[in-house]
Amino acid sequence: MLLIHCPYCKSDLPELEFANAGEAHLVRPADMSDMSDADFADYFFVRDNPKGVNLERWRHAHGCGRFFNAVRDTVSDKFLKVYPAGEPRPSDAEVKALLEAQAEGRKDGGSGA
Amino acid sequence: MAKTARALPNEGQDFAATGVTITPCQPATRVSLRGKVANYARIAGFKLPGEINETTGDKGCHALMLGPDEWLVINTKKTDADLMPGPNVKAYTATDISHRNTGWTVSGPLAETALAVGCPRDLRLEAFPVGACARTIFGKAEVVLLRTSKTSFRVECWRSFAPYTFGLLKEGARDAAL
Ligand SMILES: [Zn+2]
Repeated sequence: MLLIHCPYCKSDLPELEFANAGEAHLVRPADMSDMSDADFADYFFVRDNPKGVNLERWRHAHGCGRFFNAVRDTVSDKFLKVYPAGEPRPSDAEVKALLEAQAEGRKDGGSGA
Repeated sequence: MAKTARALPNEGQDFAATGVTITPCQPATRVSLRGKVANYARIAGFKLPGEINETTGDKGCHALMLGPDEWLVINTKKTDADLMPGPNVKAYTATDISHRNTGWTVSGPLAETALAVGCPRDLRLEAFPVGACARTIFGKAEVVLLRTSKTSFRVECWRSFAPYTFGLLKEGARDAAL
């Protein structure tokens, strides 16, 4: 079973306690009534879903109940980093460093078991 | 004249197998606290824990920290009204959930093994010492676990999950010695 590090509980816990909540760092438009239908559909439905590094929202649903964000590599299914909701999006340089650390087999933040 | 009796969701749910005994917990007062909880110690009679998965209190009364701003107080001694703060509390909320939850004591040398049938958490003494608590999952039901001694746990769930949770606890107890 995958162990996911919860930044609030500060420990690695079984994935069954967690729920994925989609892409992270989406910004809700300030005035939706001004948007075209196409722009709204883009915001509401369209997600990047890249192969590789994804920035995702997760919730420790059957635990502390809190939402947090995670950097997860969908190729290896490893969590590269977890951080509390509200913290800024990791920079491209940081993501690159996390990927390199993963390639070298080092552990940072979350862990995949 | 009509007579009424209180029906408990865990009534009659006793079970014993090799190394594990399940007994229904007595009715208790339960309060859910959310927010910046201050001065609740005066009401509870002991301090609230400051770290998630920690508990404070003693026999019959426990405060469990379940989340960064969430505590569950379980008390078999005080009545519901005694554990609720006055109306002028603004920094936090206290909700009486006494009747929402029910619970069992799972005890015996194989209690840990019985719970492992449905709970993916590491419940070994090193990882989950006496006094540790957690909201977690047991099969398909959300439960709150509290380790009351080396060999005994209090398991709480929402009352509508009681038949399922007790059923799975029995399975675990039966399988523990295998
Ligand atoms: Zn958590």
